[in-house]
Amino acid sequence: MSKDNFEESMKKLEEIVTELENGNLNLDESVSKFEEGMKLAKQCNHILEDAEKKITILLENNGEIKEEKFDVEQ
Amino acid sequence: MKYNAVTVTQLNKYLKDRFDEDENLNAILVKGEISNFKNHYTGHLYFTLKDENSLIKCIMFKSYAEKLAFKPKDGMKVMVFGSVSVFERDGVYQIYVKNMIEDGIGDLHEKFEQLKAKLEKEGLFDTSHKKQIPLYPKVVGVLTSQTGAVIRDIINVSTRRNPNVYIRLLPVPVQGPGAAEQIAEKIKIMNDKKLADVIIIGRGGGSLEDIWPFNEEIVARAIYDSELPIISAVGHETDFTIADFVADLRAPTPSAAAELAVPDVYELRQKINQYQNRYRMALKKKIELMRLRYEKCMRSRAFTDPTRKMKDEYVMIDSFIKRLEIKMRNIQKDKINQYIALTTKLDTMSPLKTLTRGYSLVEKDNEIVKSVKQLHFDDEIKIRFFDGEKMAKILEQK
Repeated sequence: MSKDNFEESMKKLEEIVTELENGNLNLDESVSKFEEGMKLAKQCNHILEDAEKKITILLENNGEIKEEKFDVEQ
Repeated sequence: MKYNAVTVTQLNKYLKDRFDEDENLNAILVKGEISNFKNHYTGHLYFTLKDENSLIKCIMFKSYAEKLAFKPKDGMKVMVFGSVSVFERDGVYQIYVKNMIEDGIGDLHEKFEQLKAKLEKEGLFDTSHKKQIPLYPKVVGVLTSQTGAVIRDIINVSTRRNPNVYIRLLPVPVQGPGAAEQIAEKIKIMNDKKLADVIIIGRGGGSLEDIWPFNEEIVARAIYDSELPIISAVGHETDFTIADFVADLRAPTPSAAAELAVPDVYELRQKINQYQNRYRMALKKKIELMRLRYEKCMRSRAFTDPTRKMKDEYVMIDSFIKRLEIKMRNIQKDKINQYIALTTKLDTMSPLKTLTRGYSLVEKDNEIVKSVKQLHFDDEIKIRFFDGEKMAKILEQK
């Protein structure tokens, strides 16, 4: 699964929780769903932690876009 | 001749009284252009209102000026409401302004309503067209002025919610001629180069004229055509623009837009934690349930007295064997009886039995002799009696 897909991971995680809570799975399925959930949760947390703060300004010059750090004037 | 002169004060007082008695002058609506605008440190506003041929002084006291929805400035066309009276000290008459609105705003309102109706009919406001704002955009694009409170507010709120937020500002003019075209073009650039996952377009509050670019058709269409979801954040709570109607989401303020675009990572983490707890609990419950089932099974007789079944089977096998033995014995007995009956019958039919009654049997060369012709002189024969046999010889020669 793509690393970007936080939203999808969260949705899957939610589905897994519901499935497990419904209790209709057998033990093997439950355990494998549980493992998948662990993996997804780890992935989601990873995406959140992996981001890096960036505030930039896009400067346009003849159709070329240049990205520079942007400092807010107070 | 005696001259009856009045003093200047008396004259000005008289004039003021005449002005104040006049109903028309007490509540009058005047339109004109502001010039000589002064915002006095006391908070009162001083300016002149003029048209091509004429001008009149105006004063707006602080208590009224505070309630103005816009900032008046030189060159602005306005309508003022108030009373005309005389300032006795200087001998001037002026308008004491109680309220003021931008003139021409009526036209703008009409233009707004017309465009709104037109675009609505075309389906530009349809909810079905509105795109979902991503839960966790990697890059938040912002189209606004590079100076001022708006970008600052957005950055502040965004970083508070997600300390690792990625914001890309593409500066645009947000008022004045050409602003609308610029905004539309920048929306297209963001889309063409896929520079963000969600776009906030916005500006602070202002007069209807100030925020007008966001009511222009070109901006509305650019928003509609955008593949990236757009959050509009124009002005304060109550100002609605055409852009707001077309945008995928409308935020009442730029700060609110940042809140809508940038998820609170602490909340997200909490949510993930909650999910983790919930599926842990669910699995625990599942295992507990299985354990209970297992225990119930183990308490069953099959496990508590596992040999019982076997014993039962042994008993059964034993009884089978016994029945089998009886059957066998019966068969054997039948056979013996049959045998006795048969041998008895055989016995009665045996020729030996006849010998007991006094008959004897002649055999020659171990064959029974049935005719006298079989016998010749000097033949040896065997005579069999019931209790033995004797050898004999034929004595007759013929």
